[in-house]
Amino acid sequence: MVNNTKIKVRNLNLFYGEHQALIDVNMDIMKNKVTALIGPSGCGKSTFLRTLNRMNDLIDGVKIKGDVLLDDVDIYGNESDLINLRKNVGMVFQKPNPFPKTIYENVAYGPKIHGIKKKSELDEIVEKSLKGAALWDEVKDRLDKPALGLSGGQQQRLCIARCLAVEPDVILMDEPTSALDPISTVKVENLLDELKAKYTIVIVTHNMQQAGRVSDYTSFFLNGKIIETDLTENIFSNPRDKRTEDYITGRFS
Amino acid sequence: MHVVGKLSVKKPIFNRPKKKTNIKEKIAYICIYAVALITMLALISIIGYVLLNGIQHINLEFFTQEPRSMGRKGGIFSIIVGTIYLTIVSIAIATPIGIGAAIYLTEYAKENKLIKIIRFGTETLAGIPSIIFGLFGFVFFVIFLGFRWSILSGGLTLAIMILPTLIRTTEESIKTVPNSLREGSLALGATKWQTIVKVVLPSSIPGILTGLILGIGRAIGETAAIMLTAGSSLGIPESIMDPTRTMSVHVYLLASEGLSKEKTFATASVLIIFVLIINLSANMVANKYIKKLI
Repeated sequence: MVNNTKIKVRNLNLFYGEHQALIDVNMDIMKNKVTALIGPSGCGKSTFLRTLNRMNDLIDGVKIKGDVLLDDVDIYGNESDLINLRKNVGMVFQKPNPFPKTIYENVAYGPKIHGIKKKSELDEIVEKSLKGAALWDEVKDRLDKPALGLSGGQQQRLCIARCLAVEPDVILMDEPTSALDPISTVKVENLLDELKAKYTIVIVTHNMQQAGRVSDYTSFFLNGKIIETDLTENIFSNPRDKRTEDYITGRFS
Repeated sequence: MHVVGKLSVKKPIFNRPKKKTNIKEKIAYICIYAVALITMLALISIIGYVLLNGIQHINLEFFTQEPRSMGRKGGIFSIIVGTIYLTIVSIAIATPIGIGAAIYLTEYAKENKLIKIIRFGTETLAGIPSIIFGLFGFVFFVIFLGFRWSILSGGLTLAIMILPTLIRTTEESIKTVPNSLREGSLALGATKWQTIVKVVLPSSIPGILTGLILGIGRAIGETAAIMLTAGSSLGIPESIMDPTRTMSVHVYLLASEGLSKEKTFATASVLIIFVLIINLSANMVANKYIKKLI
């Protein structure tokens, strides 16, 4: 069991100034599994996701207490290196945010900033990453075209490819399909299934069916606390907590 | 279904009484149209008047010859050289400082008293009459630092004059870069500096170009400050320490001393054409760049 845990979260508390957004969060995130975070708006699930790659550091007045251990190394410890952390823990955002550059440059961006300069090597990474994001066949003939010319769904898969290009272990996804049409959503969901063979995935979603479809584990957040975490099938078939049941049966949202 | 039901209860918009609003609309439209027309007319008549008076005196010699007998005869070759030289020097000095300051103010600085003072400072600088800059340049660069009347003194003075506009426009265009792009870059493990250089600045180039055009416009159009700092020598400047005369200064001196009406308007025409070319080419660069991105 121990070596299957990728990320351990212990007694995590997060404050935005006076407001406490996360309260005593404890969680084990399993290797090569998809973990879904569900809960009503403002329950802290996105905030929690962003603690895992320290994106909350960018916001003024955020205070964090507790431990987040990635492969048993505290990512908030002084010895941990922010750049390396974000290289290992990639992120895909709610709205596709490709850079205003070519498709190729978007994917090559990460490897380039991490010091890969050789064209042949970059070509290889770009192809591999785009294939990994199931986008290669659609864009292989127009790699030098602007990424903003792609459709929303393609842009999101491009962002996934961009994230894969730096070879992370963990991929965090913050409602990655909420801005996409149903067909693109299906494509991204199918992709998740393939990706988990190689990556540990944590996904925030508003869509309960999506959590049911794509995840192995599900955590239910409410008011900054984790109400329960379990195998997805358990959460959806017989939740232990009344509040979880109320939420997934749609009695409150 | 609910929505459709609700809408059909309300009176359709096009059946409402419309006479009164229509008249108001028309008046507003005519006013705005008239105002736009006046602006266009002013522009066309100024440019037209100058070109009509000047263009017949422009020929190849006017571009290739140096001015003789104080500008009454000959061309404006050395003056064109001086104008370009001075503009390039001032832009070369102002651009790195302006962009750097804008980056600092938007990306690094936290809102505190010092920043407010800097902002207030740049805004005030933008509103100070150019003659004050000229006076400062004269006292500081020309005399105190001993640069004499030179392209260097003039360039430095103009650079200070351009800075506020450049900082402002660059700041505005950096602010329009969506935060999601910065986050995307940082989430890939980029440092803040890498993010600024590779994502933020490329996305704000059209805005920076606008600032530069405004700056160039101000540098080219300046007279008093340049006369005080770069002099009004008619010779071809051979180094950055030489004095020079720009086209605007030339026009001013020709006109105020009544040396030659033809040469005045011919120089003014060249000046206008110059500014037009700069604006058009900068627009083209910006458009081409935007097209490449989207």
